[in-house]
Amino acid sequence: MYQADINQAHSFLRDLISRVISTQGLEWLDQKVTLLSGEAAQAKDLYLSFSAAPRFVGKAKLELTEQDLQKAESIRAGFNPSNWTAAQAARTILILSVQHQNPEVYLQTIEKLFNTADMGELVALYAALPLIPHPEQFKKRAAEGVRTNMGDVFEAVALNNPYPADHMEEDAWNQMVLKTLFVGKPIYRIYGIEKRVNPKLARMLSDYAHERWAAGRTVSPELWRSVGPYLDDALLQDIKKLFAQPNELEREAAALACTQSTFAPAQELLNEYATLKERVSRGEITWDLIGNRLLQMN
Amino acid sequence: MNPHNLMLIDPHIHMTSRTTDDYQRMREAGIVAIIEPAFWLGQPRTEVGSFKDYFSSLVGWERFRASQFGIKHYCTIGLNSKEANNEALAEQVMELLPLFVCKEGVVGIGEIGYDDQTPAEDRFFRAQLDLAREVGLPVQIHTPHRDKKAGTITSMEVCLEHGIAPHMVIVDHNNEETVRDVLDRGFWAAFTIYPNSKMGNERMVEVVKQYGSERIIVNSSADWGVSDPLSVPKTASLMLEKGISIEDVRKVCYQNALDAFGQSGQMSESDWLTPATVDQREKFSDNSILRGGQTPVVGEIKANNVLESNIVR
Repeated sequence: MYQADINQAHSFLRDLISRVISTQGLEWLDQKVTLLSGEAAQAKDLYLSFSAAPRFVGKAKLELTEQDLQKAESIRAGFNPSNWTAAQAARTILILSVQHQNPEVYLQTIEKLFNTADMGELVALYAALPLIPHPEQFKKRAAEGVRTNMGDVFEAVALNNPYPADHMEEDAWNQMVLKTLFVGKPIYRIYGIEKRVNPKLARMLSDYAHERWAAGRTVSPELWRSVGPYLDDALLQDIKKLFAQPNELEREAAALACTQSTFAPAQELLNEYATLKERVSRGEITWDLIGNRLLQMN
Repeated sequence: MNPHNLMLIDPHIHMTSRTTDDYQRMREAGIVAIIEPAFWLGQPRTEVGSFKDYFSSLVGWERFRASQFGIKHYCTIGLNSKEANNEALAEQVMELLPLFVCKEGVVGIGEIGYDDQTPAEDRFFRAQLDLAREVGLPVQIHTPHRDKKAGTITSMEVCLEHGIAPHMVIVDHNNEETVRDVLDRGFWAAFTIYPNSKMGNERMVEVVKQYGSERIIVNSSADWGVSDPLSVPKTASLMLEKGISIEDVRKVCYQNALDAFGQSGQMSESDWLTPATVDQREKFSDNSILRGGQTPVVGEIKANNVLESNIVR
């Protein structure tokens, strides 16, 4: 039923909010929490407070220390609110405060918020998925989030969010990874990208690379991160092509993909590039470093 | 069209019915912000879900779409008078309103008021005035096409009866016959420049010449009919041409709308004067992805090639 301790999550987020807003804003939030968690709470109370949150707590960005990040991780593996705003955190507290003993009623309540949400609310709701009770009920909703046309909403569900890696169905996950590449967002920000590799995704990514090449377009070196573990004769041709690219990041990606593979010909191929192999083994080339550098180049 | 590079606001326009070309031309003509009142869609809705999705689009997709052209989109939310006549449906719509009225960028309850001036219209107009008072939002009033003068006066009297102060009410679609009553009572008087019915640009110039620029607001109400999304810039330009001072033009085509709807606390000049930091939070500010794009959206920038697209497909 729970993927995170709700009380801990609440007090952690409240602490973060308290550092960036006025005491009146915090009082407003505490009052609403009392109202919503009480037995007399009405649906209207949640709707009004959830939508009005920015009016009372503002939209200042949360400020997290290294310690806070560790605390977030201890509350929920992969939870990282470092890009959240005060209003977003307050909205998360509000939806964690309503009665949730009955999973169906809780699903209906949260779905109603999703179905009538503005962009800021959608961002808050999708980013809160890794904290809310009954997470297994929200798989379809998360998949719906991937279908959005709004960049910020897509990022809320796909990036820095541990919910998809832990709960999303494989087909939806594969679409999410492919779409992240397709819209030019950073793969290394997808939490658990390594954990959810699968042969179908490797095939889809390779096909996508071929489409790009055929059109004379560049292919993100991050694409190969989910291909490496499934290298076979066919996919190895892609990696050979990658080694021949002038772009250093692509050659680095080729070396990393070979390293991820247990396919003997991939190891043999890597042996032909001794310097790259050496740098990988020294930890100088990693997927996260590649992702980071790509982001900085954009 | 806008030689002085005036910043303009169109505080009444139904962008849901307009194309991206309109957004582009509006931005190029100097419109920095618009308000889209909730209204009917040309034919009556028969299900409450249609209202829900419509309201959602006003605070969601339509706002996002506008942002892609460098225009700040606000809206007013309400049950319009025409559809108030389907009472069974109207009751359900009233239950929806609390989901929407406090959302970000909702600058008022509107457009509400009278159309045929029936008892049902009166009932839901009053209920929504009470809601406006409860949440402290301005009211945007649609005045009737027929029996206009009496309907306009009734609308204002009912507002007062429900404890709404005149400065919180924008009375829309005025003409030469109603403006005096509205201004004398201390309400905001908005004028719709609409090609066939309502006001024409020339007449608007005369109104401002006669009544000045205090509490007078110009809008287009452009929608699915023959209408013009550039009515505000065109009228501004004509006013300047006819010798109205730039300060007066700025008031009726920008500042008054901002002052009236800014009372919601949901609309302020900094929204468009500060660089286009639209939800940078998502753009990972601990990283250099925060790049460029920080040009203020003032002046003659072209929407498409300066603003970073945030549309994913």
